[in-house]
Amino acid sequence: MIIRSKKISDIPSSEITPPEIYLGRRRFIRDAGLGLATLAVGGTTLTNELAGQSQEIPARFRNLKSELGEGLNSYRDITTYNNFYEFGTDKRDPSRNSSEFEPQPWTVSIEGHVNKPGNYNLDDILAPVTMQDRVYRLRCVEAWSMVIPWYGFPLAELIKRVEPTGNAKFVRFETVHRPEQMPYQKTGVLPWPYVEGLRMDEAMHPLTTLVTGVYGTELPNQNGAPLRLIVPWKYGFKGIKSIVKIEFVERMPTNTWKMANSFEYGFYSNVNPEVSHPRWSQARERRLPSLFKSHETLMFNGYAEEVSHLYSGMDLHRWK
Amino acid sequence: MAMPKKFLTFTQGWISTAGSKSRPHPGPNTMIHKTRILAFKIVLWVAALAPAAWLIAGAFLGWLGANPIEKVTHVTGMTTLISLLVTLSITPLRRLTGWSGAIRLRRPLGLFAFFYALIHFNTWFVFDQVFNWRWMVEDIIERPFITVGFSAFVILIPLALTSTKGWMRRLGTRWAKLHRGIYFAATLGVVHFYWLAKSKADVRLPLLLAFCLSVLLVYRVLGWLETRRRTIARSHRRNIN
Repeated sequence: MIIRSKKISDIPSSEITPPEIYLGRRRFIRDAGLGLATLAVGGTTLTNELAGQSQEIPARFRNLKSELGEGLNSYRDITTYNNFYEFGTDKRDPSRNSSEFEPQPWTVSIEGHVNKPGNYNLDDILAPVTMQDRVYRLRCVEAWSMVIPWYGFPLAELIKRVEPTGNAKFVRFETVHRPEQMPYQKTGVLPWPYVEGLRMDEAMHPLTTLVTGVYGTELPNQNGAPLRLIVPWKYGFKGIKSIVKIEFVERMPTNTWKMANSFEYGFYSNVNPEVSHPRWSQARERRLPSLFKSHETLMFNGYAEEVSHLYSGMDLHRWK
Repeated sequence: MAMPKKFLTFTQGWISTAGSKSRPHPGPNTMIHKTRILAFKIVLWVAALAPAAWLIAGAFLGWLGANPIEKVTHVTGMTTLISLLVTLSITPLRRLTGWSGAIRLRRPLGLFAFFYALIHFNTWFVFDQVFNWRWMVEDIIERPFITVGFSAFVILIPLALTSTKGWMRRLGTRWAKLHRGIYFAATLGVVHFYWLAKSKADVRLPLLLAFCLSVLLVYRVLGWLETRRRTIARSHRRNIN
């Protein structure tokens, strides 16, 4: 069983955590408490046959639900149905083609308008943070969705540590470029490396999470090991995987999907049932494992209360 | 019922509907012909039913993954397009190899294409549109990607319905004209696939299909031009005489 133990810094987290984070954390504690209350002895073993791994799922996830009462998707579905084009364009490809990928050791280069740039060892990044389970809906732009218990910490905690300057208006992320381990990087399917970006206030939002695990266990390669982003109110492709570079920039970065097809994908990519994709309506989604695309999509993927203020006054039909 | 002479001359060109029955001299090779057709038909049925069998088995044994409907949609769509392209390559195959029996494979191939198109459409209607007519109509009207795919399906309906010998007789020369609809259906189908792939960034497969389709269509265009040239030449000769 692989579980990254919690790493608690010398400074109490209350001193470095703004109140909004507590709202998020309260939600988490409530959810986790719900799980613990019905805790059964021992873990549940789920087998990831395709990757040849056996993962023991901690018991706290049994009966764990989202804040809207939604049940979690299975470990198997979460780790065998992935969009990670570096390993192939079929949903099964990432779990099949990623076994050669080496997520350790890992360094993240932090660059741009910050007081503390440099190459950070992943272990050093994780040392002072408190890891949390975060149960989030993942809404793919392709109109399917899952409910996933991520394991990670708020991106804001890292950002504060590296001290961005006043010129840092956007954060630009880059995925690792390793064609020898990521077979589709040898093709021109997308311009590599994969790039994503957030506006500074989006990056600092307490819901925005840097993820190192799922179901309390280490993140499998196909899910973006060892470090990925999750922005739950945006379409899934904003959650860049296997991050090696975090750059603080002044201008809005061009993200890969916008680069590939700006007619269909934009920078903000907020989940919005009122703004259709050119090929399908975004008003409904297929909540896997359901067969029917009958689940109503919520504004900002159900996180409107937490995030809608970020976009007040913005025409969301225009800023896709 | 004897076929009108004019019809025969017309169809023996590029879009023949004449089976071996109408050939005047079957010759001593009839047995070989029949065995060959049977062998091809068996291969055709096995190949054409394989995707459906794979999907049904996968639905029960769980190898369709977390989103089986997406899998069904992709596999049936892909099989429809491939079946249409194979259907379209029968006539060129027949002309190039001189094996007239090939024509006997065309109807079952076309019907298999329709069979998969029907499953493809119904998967979308039942699981994506959840039997909601309003959503469906909205999608067809508002989204060119759907409009194109739906049109291809609609074009295939009368072709499937009139694929019987009875309808062939009843429609006469109009049958051949009607069945040229397959060129449009296949083209729209490939465009539909290209559009889908474009949003997913990987257009290699639809481009390959588009290439195959254009080879097949260019073959027809060249054929028509050749027929036209001959007709004009013949009428010239007649005028001179």
